Amino acid sequence: MPRQLLRDRRTVVDEWIYLDEVPADWRRPSGETASVILPFDRWLAERETWIGGADRLGVRLDPADPVEALAVDLPRLALVALRFPGPAEGRGYTQARLLRERWGFTGEIRAAGYVRQDQVFFLARCGFNAFELSEGDAAAAERALATFSAEYQVSNDAGLSRPLRRR
Amino acid sequence: MYRYDAIDKTLVAERVAQFRDQTRRFLAGELSEDEFRHLRLRNGLYIQRHAPMLRVAIPYGLLSSAQLRMLASIAERYDRGYGHLTTRQNIQYNWPRLEDVPEILADLATVEMHAIQTSGNCIRNVTSDHLAGVTPDELEDPRPWCEIIRQWSTFHPEFSFLPRKFKIAVTGAPQDRAASLVHDVGVHIVRDAEGGLGFEILAGGGLGRTPIIGQVVRDFLPREHLLSYLEAILRVYNLEGRRDNPTKARIKILVRSLGIEEFRRRVEKEWAQIRDSGPRLDSAEIERVRGFFAPPAYRSLEDLDPSTGRETAFRAWYRYNTHAHKMPGYRAVFVSLKKPGIAPGDATTAQMNLLAELADRYCFGEIRVTHTQNLLFADVEQRDAFELWRALDAAGLATPNIGTLTDMICCPGLDFCSLANAGSIDVARLINERFDDYDYLYDLGELEVKMSGCMNACGHHHVGHIGILGVDKGGEEWYQITIGGAAGADASLGSVIGPSVPKHEVAETIARLLAVYVERRTDDERFLDTVRRLGVKPFKERVYAASAAA
Repeated sequence: MPRQLLRDRRTVVDEWIYLDEVPADWRRPSGETASVILPFDRWLAERETWIGGADRLGVRLDPADPVEALAVDLPRLALVALRFPGPAEGRGYTQARLLRERWGFTGEIRAAGYVRQDQVFFLARCGFNAFELSEGDAAAAERALATFSAEYQVSNDAGLSRPLRRR
Repeated sequence: MYRYDAIDKTLVAERVAQFRDQTRRFLAGELSEDEFRHLRLRNGLYIQRHAPMLRVAIPYGLLSSAQLRMLASIAERYDRGYGHLTTRQNIQYNWPRLEDVPEILADLATVEMHAIQTSGNCIRNVTSDHLAGVTPDELEDPRPWCEIIRQWSTFHPEFSFLPRKFKIAVTGAPQDRAASLVHDVGVHIVRDAEGGLGFEILAGGGLGRTPIIGQVVRDFLPREHLLSYLEAILRVYNLEGRRDNPTKARIKILVRSLGIEEFRRRVEKEWAQIRDSGPRLDSAEIERVRGFFAPPAYRSLEDLDPSTGRETAFRAWYRYNTHAHKMPGYRAVFVSLKKPGIAPGDATTAQMNLLAELADRYCFGEIRVTHTQNLLFADVEQRDAFELWRALDAAGLATPNIGTLTDMICCPGLDFCSLANAGSIDVARLINERFDDYDYLYDLGELEVKMSGCMNACGHHHVGHIGILGVDKGGEEWYQITIGGAAGADASLGSVIGPSVPKHEVAETIARLLAVYVERRTDDERFLDTVRRLGVKPFKERVYAASAAA
């Protein structure tokens, strides 16, 4: 079944495939362009073969993966997926902010793994714009993006920096 | 004090709505126990031995009389008529029903209060010196900085899922009354060589299973950079702090494993990247927040001695339960919540209502919570002290023991807390019964006794002049005793004197320790100083030799 995704506040069918989720002998249909997400270790090992190809490329980071190692490749990537193994995980929030703010990444940053409506507000403020929701609560998650209508910190919603609120 | 504007009000109201929905989803079975645990813990809600425990934030310990009345009313309506004040200047209710918690939060919001981030792996309530703004030795009032940190840390999107809890204390005086050296981050207001005010930043302090004294990360930080520097520390911690083992996840373990030099290098490297792009405080914002903490309308008064001609009981109280004030004619007045027979730090609805009334009458409508689990009227006219004492005394709130042995810090212990190994309230009672002679207490002088019911060290036992730790020994409650700890600017960790003792011997053990002190002290020496001078040995010998003989 195709994966549902909340992206830019819309529920869409995910056109991306994870290379570690397809059979080992997977080949893209000839003449087509695929949207392919590589796990970070495969990206490190195979980046030369993928760069310059026709496919749209994404990389998935685990929480302990060094996000700075991806900085030089960001112009070639259309997507970075950051994985959350469970509800206590918090490194992805920092990884996303670094991608947006330090290296100016403008592609999709997606939350993968354990993602529920209770996290999406903070995730969005750190720069995530796409969410693979654990369960079928996309509508609730979309509402949850508006949980708070004010904030105390510099915001990074949708990749756009806002100044620290002046009162 | 700080007053909410539209932004603060909106955020707190929206938080109530969010938590109401999360509670509804849990009760409807849409959230598992584990999922709900992660959510409720961000809002001070623990599931405890008897019932949920709700911890309400009292930012840097400051309360208005209206807020105190609301806390009293909540205790009356949703609890059993009392609340428990904690070492981090918060209040805990031990008996609310889960279903009622959203209503309690809604009630709190009407008086600009909340339970946001009072638990969970996030930045907790920021604490400070209870004498902030009134103590003569202060460089600057730390509370505006606490409020700036409170706002910055509230719902911080990047730092809401840290490896472990994160506690910050801010002080503005050389004497550290906020135990900042045993916080994850301590912020000290200091002057540089040119006389400009800024901050000394410490990190890596903490108690619990692995007690460590915080170390200096930066000896002078210009004030406008406070938040970006904190972000750099938090970012290094968020990415590199251990997440595989909760007992090794605090920042103190990261600082210790990297070493302070390497930790500092990483923080400074990160800070260099965000110093200009991160949050920067301009003087308009600093002044805006400082404006909320302007001194109250003090009257022009002369110092006087209100104890002249008064009875002994009042004179003792005035000496021990009041503190010097920077304004002539004023005094800071402690309200002792350490009356023998009650759990240390507990206040009843009736007491809270009375204190609110007294705050209105004698102290500009404000009252503070101290980290030693007492309350404080910071701005009392000396001429009102006698009347105030009579009112407090009638309510059992004038026990003249501030700073003495029976002014114990004490966690709720086994009676309430599901983590505890052993009771602490009971032991406090036994100690109070044993040491009921005030002449002896006063003769002993300054003595900090701190007791925790388990290794989590909520009662700060490591930094007690005498520390008492509850341990489980084959299903029985035993107590390990340490001496020589201190929480102030000269912070140190206590040394264990020897094998733990059973409950009925705790008071006797303390008596023996004190006997050694009384015999060996020099003129002005505190118990702590004598321990530091002599070491543990003579104390240990007396305690265990006597046991062997018996």
